[in-house]
Amino acid sequence: MTAAIEATGLGKRYGRRRWALRDCTLSVPAGRVVGLVGANGAGKSTLLHLAVGLLRPTAGGIAVLGAPPAAGPAQLARVSFVAQDAPLYPGLSVADHLRLGRGLNPGWDDGIATDRIDRLGLDRDQPAGRLSGGQRAQLALTLAVAKRPELLILDEPASSLDPLARREFLAGLMEAVADQELTVVLSSHLLGDVERVCDHLVVLDGGRVRLAGDVEDLLAAHHLLTGPRRDVRRLPASQRVVQASHTERQTTLLVRTEEPILDPAWTEAAVGLEDLVLAYMAPETAPEIAEVAG
Amino acid sequence: MIDFRIDGKSGVAPYQQIVQQVRQALRLGLLREGDQLPTVKEVVAQVAINPNTVLKAYRELEHEGLAAGRPGRGTFITRSLADGSLAAHRALRTALVRWLADARRAGLDDDSIDALFQTTFRDAAGAGVA
Repeated sequence: MTAAIEATGLGKRYGRRRWALRDCTLSVPAGRVVGLVGANGAGKSTLLHLAVGLLRPTAGGIAVLGAPPAAGPAQLARVSFVAQDAPLYPGLSVADHLRLGRGLNPGWDDGIATDRIDRLGLDRDQPAGRLSGGQRAQLALTLAVAKRPELLILDEPASSLDPLARREFLAGLMEAVADQELTVVLSSHLLGDVERVCDHLVVLDGGRVRLAGDVEDLLAAHHLLTGPRRDVRRLPASQRVVQASHTERQTTLLVRTEEPILDPAWTEAAVGLEDLVLAYMAPETAPEIAEVAG
Repeated sequence: MIDFRIDGKSGVAPYQQIVQQVRQALRLGLLREGDQLPTVKEVVAQVAINPNTVLKAYRELEHEGLAAGRPGRGTFITRSLADGSLAAHRALRTALVRWLADARRAGLDDDSIDALFQTTFRDAAGAGVA
């Protein structure tokens, strides 16, 4: 199967010095709901803008659904993009937006659009500028979904919404995933939301990919170990230390390994998605410097 | 029809939460043989989780022989877990309500009641009583 997004050595530099994204090699499988997470400035928006063709790479390459981003009308029709804060035309009504969507998108499905608008109870004559934040996000999602894309990309789609509107937005998004064969890539720093809806995870930090994979596999491969204090350099070679902290007597480790943990000195606990993401985002515990004096 | 709830902070994987809620509903007689489970679309529209999570839960229920998918129609319950014990539930519940009232009168809060129940349950199970 063709990857939804395939990046090789992808980099984007703003100005002369600042690399927003660097050496990004990534294969995002189709059919997933992908959570792209990272701190502000980690490169999330840059990666998404490269994927939809709003930015051109400084280095490396990126293919979306097997073709260059925004290569032509046919490729544009396959990808929907909802930018941060769901931009709409404030002076245009809900009905105007649907008319625009119909006129601009060859694959437009009016049934999907009207069904969603009806269920949301949106007044078609209302200007978009007078809708609530939640309603604006839902209208933007409706336009993006009714286009019937193969890939839907959303940049921080729900981060400015209140918890109820956010939940409703995510429910609407998941309904679209259940209904249509759709790959979704969404950036978010709301890890609870990511845990609920995403089955594939990409963690960016400082413009680089720190972690990528199916959530289930990643959680199964990571273990939180607590035990008597010890030197992490004496661990089995198959265990990679992601994060380590020590007190006088105790050592707590987050390790990645495909092998079972056999040492009876460790108390093992399951790792949640939030712990995992935070461990990979924390700069002082980046894998290559997770070395600790024993 | 059963309504699912997903607790993001429980530490239990969402698909397991669905499986557990179906099992519990079967034990309590709230779901019976022949009942239809909500469609994947209905569940995700209600609780905002990944559709694959629901599919995984339903596959697990099928694997356990509790449910079966009928192509184009949905997933249906094929076996009950309540059986003969269901008749005894009413009296047991009444006794439990009375016990809870006693516990509160003795000054136990929710956490103490839960802790007392859990340890007693474990001890009794260990002694082969439960």
